[in-house]
Amino acid sequence: MQFPILSVIVFTPIIAAILILLIPAERKTEVRVTALAAAIIAMLLSVWVYFSYDIPAGGYQFTEQYNWLPQLGITFFVGIDGMSAPLVLLTGIVMVTGVLISWGVDDRPREFFFFLFILATGVFGVFVALDLFMLFFFYEIAVFPMYLLIAIWGWKETREYAAMKLTLYLFIGSVVALVGALAMFFASGIGTFNMLELEKVGFTPEFQRLWFPFVFFGFAVLGGIFPFHNWSPDGHVAAPTAVSMFHAGVLMKLGAFAALRVGIMLLPEGAKMWMPWIILLTLVNVVYGAFIASVQTDFKYVIGFSSVSHMGLVAMGFAALNRDGLLGAGLQMFSHGVMTALFFAVVGMVYDRAHTREIPRLGGFRLVMPLVTLAFIVGGLVSMGMPGFSGFIAEFPIFMGVWAVQPWIAIVAAISIVVTASYIIRIIGRVFFGQLPEEFGGHVSDVTVMDKVAVVFLSTVLIVLGVYPAIMVNLVESGVNNVLRLLGGA
Amino acid sequence: MFTVEFEPWMITAILPEISVIVLAALILIIDLALPEERRKNLGWITAVGLVLALVLGLIFSRPGEQLRLMWGGMLSQDWLGFTFRMVFLFAAAMTALFSIDLPRLGERGEYYVLMLASTLGMMLMASSADLIMLYLAIETTSIPLYVLAGFLIKDDKSTESGFKYFLFGAMTSAIMLYGFSLLYGFTGATNIYMIAMQLFNGAAPAAPLIGVLILILVGFGFKISAVPLHFWAPDVYEGAPTPIAGFLSTASKAAGFAVLLRVLISAFPMLAPYWGAVIAALATATMTLGNLLALAQKNIKRMLAYSSIAHAGYAMIGVVALSYLGTASVVFYLIVYVVTNLAAFGTVAAVGRITGSDEIASYAGLSRRSPWLALALMVAFLSLAGMPPFGGFVVKFAVFASAVQANMIWLAVIGVLNSIVGLYYYLTVLKYVYLYRSEDENKPLPVPWSYKFGLTVLCLGIILIGTVFAPWISLSASAAAALF
Repeated sequence: MQFPILSVIVFTPIIAAILILLIPAERKTEVRVTALAAAIIAMLLSVWVYFSYDIPAGGYQFTEQYNWLPQLGITFFVGIDGMSAPLVLLTGIVMVTGVLISWGVDDRPREFFFFLFILATGVFGVFVALDLFMLFFFYEIAVFPMYLLIAIWGWKETREYAAMKLTLYLFIGSVVALVGALAMFFASGIGTFNMLELEKVGFTPEFQRLWFPFVFFGFAVLGGIFPFHNWSPDGHVAAPTAVSMFHAGVLMKLGAFAALRVGIMLLPEGAKMWMPWIILLTLVNVVYGAFIASVQTDFKYVIGFSSVSHMGLVAMGFAALNRDGLLGAGLQMFSHGVMTALFFAVVGMVYDRAHTREIPRLGGFRLVMPLVTLAFIVGGLVSMGMPGFSGFIAEFPIFMGVWAVQPWIAIVAAISIVVTASYIIRIIGRVFFGQLPEEFGGHVSDVTVMDKVAVVFLSTVLIVLGVYPAIMVNLVESGVNNVLRLLGGA
Repeated sequence: MFTVEFEPWMITAILPEISVIVLAALILIIDLALPEERRKNLGWITAVGLVLALVLGLIFSRPGEQLRLMWGGMLSQDWLGFTFRMVFLFAAAMTALFSIDLPRLGERGEYYVLMLASTLGMMLMASSADLIMLYLAIETTSIPLYVLAGFLIKDDKSTESGFKYFLFGAMTSAIMLYGFSLLYGFTGATNIYMIAMQLFNGAAPAAPLIGVLILILVGFGFKISAVPLHFWAPDVYEGAPTPIAGFLSTASKAAGFAVLLRVLISAFPMLAPYWGAVIAALATATMTLGNLLALAQKNIKRMLAYSSIAHAGYAMIGVVALSYLGTASVVFYLIVYVVTNLAAFGTVAAVGRITGSDEIASYAGLSRRSPWLALALMVAFLSLAGMPPFGGFVVKFAVFASAVQANMIWLAVIGVLNSIVGLYYYLTVLKYVYLYRSEDENKPLPVPWSYKFGLTVLCLGIILIGTVFAPWISLSASAAAALF
């Protein structure tokens, strides 16, 4: 029997969480060190899995299956394909950098890391799940800790409101999808939640058309799809830095990924019927999100709405239902995850020093934190889709894929690139360049070593992927083939 | 099946009941012998005794595959009754633990004796196969509970609670008894299985039977606090000593469901379309009203009362599904619900005995005063809200699955929407516990051993059921098999 690496990845965070809970509350440093060690282990394992995935062989690898509830055909069934492998890696990366960024959390750090790691277990679990029940199980584990993380450690002004809004939105989405999943289970007549088996059932087209919107929108709520995106900017802004990173960087991908895995892959006929309409919603996401971002004066809201816009591109790539679109969406999930984690990390660092996020009141931060400025510029270039950075290799295929389906949508969506460039450049100019306002004079200092390690690490990933895309493109392509097989080679 | 002579196995089959009676007698005697300052030990003796009874039951009283009637057809030996009886023993043991360290409660021998008497009644309820036995069992359960709810005689609220519970209980039990007598009139039998046979042979037309059924449902509806017979619950829970409120909302409610399942499914299978519709309507009303009213509560015991009304509604979804899976999911739901709600009430009791208040606002800063108590409350509430990896998630999944399987997707959707409302008020309490600060947050909140032990067992149980659920669902499935 091979080493159960995926289970180990899934359970590393939760075991660490329990260990952390057993450390006395006063020993804050020990808590942090334990958290960091666990995060590094999880990341190294996910790096190992990522690079040992056998691309020519394709399909699901590292599979493990254990009986969980045989009476209802529920198994603990994990495995990864080209779509999920990058996301597992992404989670590992965000976990380590999230812990580094949260080094300064001083109010009950024990509980903070406990909830953060439960969240991480949920996220890993969803990405590797090949059983529908298991997917829901971990999905909800991932949703709940967000509430406490935002409500307790978030931004005082809006945290209660934002945390409740976020939790209720996501929970509504997941239970609506759950009803759809149960309908699939009983309609299949094969008495199993195994998704690989359910793929083969071939539900009737009427069934698929009826249930596709339940399942797809249920999950896409977490992907931030218009008009259900409303929770996301509020949630991002209210969350503490590491949680914003997790949230925008990983959790939104969870929604998009589950919408793909359960919605599109299990109900392909439904997808074919609904996608021409859904693509219009994603267009709103992309363009409207970018415009709203460009009129915000709060630094964090800008990034929050930019996430809505960029996640719209992911959904748009899915909606194209062709090779280029799906490939781009798969890459965009990873690229945006790292990029937005970087953005939120930088926003957090600026806010911790300036105690304001109002863009007009900021300025000249290049003088105090040059390295962070550089990292933000890298993120900005990714965000604009500049060639040589990961954003380009992700967004370009999406536009190509959409062009093949509906050229005018691709043209309208391209407006967002211009708008994105405008607000990113405005932020870089206003926040990092220009004069440092006098009120920040003496007391604003450079970031800590931990912070520097985190932002350098994240920017490096973005650049490496940009200059050497083959490191991920081939892998995602093998995952796309898997999806296209189910779509009937469309 | 129906003419059963006495056989020796019948003694071992009711060994748990015998142990409970012996235990009650022991407590009475020890109560006289012990000096006043050591009477708290009575609680430990009760708890240990109940666990012993449970173990004895598990070893000696396991029923066979087939349902067997015993003691002249009064009781039935089957997995449905057995599962519930074990659940009651467990719930009573936990309730005894939570009572030990409460003033004016824990050191009173008669308190434990009354509780044991009520437990005995519940155990008989779960396995009675005869209307006469059933009625006696229900009264044996209820009368001690009336006294227990009003046990704190110096506390006006407790007295009010006991009296209110008594008035409602006596009224509904009279109506139910009237239904029983009509049923006897129609069929000439009191044994549930005999009645089923008579009805199958067309002993009575459907129309009056539906009337009879509604009379009987009044009595059962009161026990499970289904809308519109739920009015007593919030007032009684609020005034009753907290462990007793927990006992009422868990064991007593589960006993009501055990009876409901057996009578409806075994005695009235032909009328299923009619009572199915009635229960579906009741389930919808119960879930929705329970959850909506819980939103407005400021007192945690009242909130838990409305939440427990809502949970009765969820469990009724499984009854409506009227299938093997549905019945199994009801039993499973109740097992998890009993464990979870006991943990919730146990935590409330542990907090209330120090703060002296059950207002939700008094939970501010709890996570700073006692992180472990806060964690226990979180585990219990998240399980109630149906979040994994806690038991509540699996059972909600099972109940909704049974509704979808029975092609009642609308009912599943109502249940799902309700669970969102539920999440809101559970999170509101957690917000007080984890987020808000209070002036008292630096005062210690000592937790005695009885609570530590009980809550640890319950919380681990919630997580265990929520992650390793196959054995529990097998157990529930064999319980359901007794009815199909």
